[in-house]
Order: sequence, then C-alpha cells, then structure tokens
Amino acid sequence: MRIEPRESVSLAMKGIAPLMAVGTAMLVCSALLVWAGASPTQGWVLMISGALGSKFALSETLTRATPLILTGLAAAVAFRAKLWNIGGEGQFYMGAVVATWLGTGPFAMPPYLMIPYLFLAGAMGGGLLLLLPTLLKTRLQVDEVVTTLLLNFIVILFVNWLVFGPWKDPMAMGWPQAAPVVDQALLPQVLDKTRLHLGFFIALFCAVGVWWFMRATTWGFEIRAVGASPRASAFAGMPVAAVTVRTALLSGGLAAMAGVAELCGVKGYLTLDLSPGFGYSGIVVAMLAALHPLGVVASALFVAVIQIGADSMSRSINISSYIADVTTAVCLLAVLVAMFLTRYRIRWR
Amino acid sequence: MDILSFFLETGFWMATLRMATPLILGTLGELICERAGVLNLGIEGIMAAGCMAGWTWVYMGGDLWTGVLFAAFIGALFGLLHALFTVHLGLSQHVTGLGITMLAASLSSFVFRMLLPSATTPPKIVPFQPLAPPLLADIPVLGQILIGQTALTMVALAAVAVVSYVLYRTPAGLAVRMAGENPMAVEAQGLSVFAIRTWAVMAGSALMAVGGAFLTMSAFDAYYIGMVNGRGWICIALVVFASWKPGKALLGCLLFAAFDAIQMRVQQQSGMLIPYQFYLMMPYVFSIIALIVMSRRAAYPKALLIPFRKGER
Repeated sequence: MRIEPRESVSLAMKGIAPLMAVGTAMLVCSALLVWAGASPTQGWVLMISGALGSKFALSETLTRATPLILTGLAAAVAFRAKLWNIGGEGQFYMGAVVATWLGTGPFAMPPYLMIPYLFLAGAMGGGLLLLLPTLLKTRLQVDEVVTTLLLNFIVILFVNWLVFGPWKDPMAMGWPQAAPVVDQALLPQVLDKTRLHLGFFIALFCAVGVWWFMRATTWGFEIRAVGASPRASAFAGMPVAAVTVRTALLSGGLAAMAGVAELCGVKGYLTLDLSPGFGYSGIVVAMLAALHPLGVVASALFVAVIQIGADSMSRSINISSYIADVTTAVCLLAVLVAMFLTRYRIRWR
Repeated sequence: MDILSFFLETGFWMATLRMATPLILGTLGELICERAGVLNLGIEGIMAAGCMAGWTWVYMGGDLWTGVLFAAFIGALFGLLHALFTVHLGLSQHVTGLGITMLAASLSSFVFRMLLPSATTPPKIVPFQPLAPPLLADIPVLGQILIGQTALTMVALAAVAVVSYVLYRTPAGLAVRMAGENPMAVEAQGLSVFAIRTWAVMAGSALMAVGGAFLTMSAFDAYYIGMVNGRGWICIALVVFASWKPGKALLGCLLFAAFDAIQMRVQQQSGMLIPYQFYLMMPYVFSIIALIVMSRRAAYPKALLIPFRKGER
C-alpha cells in the first residue's frame, strides 16, 4: 500500500467527502439495526419522520441543533488554531452556571437587556474557564487535551454540588435543580406550541459572525495562520501566544453561550442533565463541517436529526437510543477518512 | 483521630493497591502506545469496552479468565482501528482517538442495553475472589497487603515487570522505542514502522481493556454505563507524570491511589464539613497538578503525534 498526495483537489470531491462519511455511518447504523432484529428500512423511515416528519418534530430538531451549532463553532474556531479544546462540555455548564447566578434575581432588567447581558456574562465565564488550560499550554507547554478533558469532570462535580447544595431549589420537590431564572431571562418562543426559541437565531447569527470574523478580520486571519504554522506566524511577527489566548476566549465563550441558550431557552433552570454531551458532539459537528463556520450549521442540523430521530425511533421500536451516539461516532471517524481521501490517493501494489 | 495513623494500617495500603490496579493497567497500555509514537485518546472508551466485554462474557456463562482474554481481544480490535487510522493513514491522533472513545463507549452502552433491555438494577456476576496463597501470609507486611488482592491486581503488577523487561531488554522493545523516537532509523534497519506501531497500539489497547475489565470483574460485580468515569484521561496524565517509564508509572499510580484513599478516609472522618463533591474532584485536580509539575521535565518521545510516511521527511 502506498499513499500519494493528489496534485489537485476538485470541488466535487470536497463536496462528496462528507456525503461518503454520512453514507458509511448509515451503513453501520443499518447493520446495528439488523443485529438488534429490526428492519433497517423501517428504522430509517422512523428516524427521518421522527426528526422531520411534522411541524413539532422539525421544531424539536431545530431546538436540538441550537446548542450543537454553538459548541460546534467553539470546536471549529479552536481546532482552526490547533488549540485542542475538548472542554466544551465544561464550558457549556460554566455558561449555564453564570446565567443561573445572574439570572435568578440579583438584577432586574427588561428582557432586551437581560438576555444579551446573560449571554455576554456566560460567554466570559466559559472563556475564562478555557483560559487556564490555554495559559498552561502557552506558558508551560502542558498538553491542553488532557487538562480541558479533566476540567470537564471538575466543572460537572461543581454543578453537582451547586444543585444538591447551596443552589438547591426548595420548591422543586426535592429534585436536584437550581431555582428557575426570572421570566425576563427566558428566551422567547418563536413558534407556537413548540420549544423552538430565539436561541436558534442567536446561534445562526453567531455562525455568520464567526465566518465573517475568521474570513475578513486581522484577528481571524491570525487565528488561521497560527493554526497552519505557528513558526511561520511567529516569524511574520504575530504574537502567537496572544492569538492562542484570544482563540481560547472566543471558543470557550461560544461553548458557554450554548449553555446559556439551553438554560434560558429550553429548561429554565440548572440541572445535571442540561447537556446530553453537547460539548463532545460539538467536536463531531466541527469535524463534519471541515471546521467551516457556515458548514457547522449544516452539520449541527444533521447531528440533531440523528439524535432526535433516534430518540423517536427508540420509542417506537425497541432499540436503544444509544444508536444515535454510535452513528455520530462513526460519522466522525468516516469523515476523517473521507477528507483524507480528498487529499491523498491510495495505490495498492 | 489522627489522620497520619492510617498510613500504618494494612487496610489503607490494601485499598491503595486495589484502587491503583485499573490505573496501572491503563497507564501501562497508554505508555506502550506513546512509546511507539502514537497518542491513544481512545483509552477512555477502550476501558469502557473492556469493562462491558469482560462482564458480559461472564454473565453469559463464560469463565472469568477467558472473560479477561475476551476483554483484551476487544481492546486490541479498537486498537487496530486506531492504528489503521493514525499509523497507516496518518490521520490526526487527537481527533481519531476521541472518535475511538466515542465509538467504543457508545457501542458498549448500545450492546449492553440491547442484551439486557429490561434490567433496572444491574445484574451481578461472581467476580474474582481475594487470593489467599499459603506462603504469602508469612511475609510480614507486604504479604498482608497482597493477600487480600484479587488475581487481576497480581496481573497488573506482573505486567509492570514484563513491560519494563520487554521495552528495555529485548530487540522488540528497542524497536518500539525507536519507532517513537526516530522512525527513519527503524526503516533504515529494514524493520517496518507501520507494523511495529500497529502491534504496539494493539497490545497497549488490550492492556487498557483489561484495566477496564478489572472494574466489573474484581472491584465490583456489575456493569453500569459511565463506570470508567475519566480514569482513562487520568492514565494519560499519569504517563506524562511517569516520564514514559513503566517503573515510575507504577509509582505514580500507587501515589495517586494513595491520595485517593486518603481523601476517602478524610471524607469519612470529617463528616459533612466539606461537601463530598469537592473530594470527588481531587483525582482530576491531582492529575492537572501532576501535569504542571512534570511539564518542565516532560521528555516526550520525539516522534509522538507525528505520522510516518515512507519517503517523506
């Protein structure tokens, strides 16, 4: 076996690559359905109709895509700069914690001030959380993959303490949850009788904003340059450490905004099951989009379809909803191979 | 109550050794992979897969030791997948590893749920029993500590000796270390970097899976989802702490488990003075501190994270 770089990459191949990955994931998912004794065609029909088949299903899918877009953007921005932020889960909860802290009463404001205020404050919380591993990376060369992963566990235990201890809502019949945020902090519904909230549009706005930032500003260019080659960037006079810190603040902030959106848009109060792993799925979303901010929207919608569809399918036929996690994991691995194949060809001899 | 007095109790040291066992196996496994130049972030998921596979084997009527072998086999399979992607195709070791973790963990949960759909309380198996070999009890202190351990702890301790011997005293070990330091030199010797790295990642992943299997087959008698709970990530920190040396890895794991045992004791004795969540954070905090302390002296294998391609420099 010999691996050769391709001389040119056609646009068509770049477009086909993610579709190949999705196809592979669907094949594996079908195999699991067969193993579990279900018909794969029936399974897929149930999944697609469960995610897209009605106004309610569609609204659920868009609601699920909201935090995925934001955590996906967080991963895309960081990975672009080769800052391996795997702490999206922790930053998500940090955003939710800050929003709970400031959104449950200390300040009274009208909604049009309260909502931006909570998003900004939450984003600062998430950015600062990622700052610690980033400074350890730039100052002491401590690998940020492990430190960000470990911080996830620390933050989740911290939330655990908050909702079982000082922040436990006495009105919640003994459930471990914090007091609900005030009404002014709740994100308004955008579609009647559904859970779809303003957060979805905030996420879309962020995607366009990040796209513009990465493409058209000096800071965005610096992030891409540092990711492509830190040595060349340093030689060109870019402050590599400062760029990495800026990337961290942006990435951590975006992941935390997902937490604020989920808290103020869907749940209304802080619990330990606020996130079914949005931080980790964000990595899949970013990779599926080849780290492109606008592509993140499409891939977040795709992952949301799989998750919502699998939930609905698992209720109709007796299949564990973990099949959604398996499918997204296969997607991640398959997209890596597919993107590799657009750049290289394999010669068998 | 004197906190220091329990250093003299054998019970404390027994608990330390028991808690260190999965870490020893996982750390050794990760160490082998990294020594060959491949970071294996699949460890968290591979441990979960081993945890589930070993338990399921026994629950389905298999024997304990073949269950351990089965867990190792499943681990090696995921290792093969990781090696195909990172060694042969040269894909990002970070992202592939996370993908392997997600795949192995979700597949374990899915298979477990499908095999036992109606289990509300996790069903139990008869795990490995504490050993009581006749001669061991006569050794003064060490014997007392070793006597209450199960067979898998002995396997872990033996693995430290075997891995250290193979890495430093055999041609195969030299080849593995060379693949992680200077793959071109391996190729110049007429050996295949691809083959060496693939075997190393498979062997390492098999060890990680046995570390996971210890949790369901020795430490506890049932499987539940999320059981590994970050132990894999802690192992990655411990490899850095151990400077990629098996002996130091054993020391690091014991030290780490001792801290864990101390915090549990302090937690019991101090009552509700400090909320238990802060004690549970300690292992993760220690791991981060260990990484910071060792950062100045970290001597990474030179070719770690760098894919090898024939004819490319």
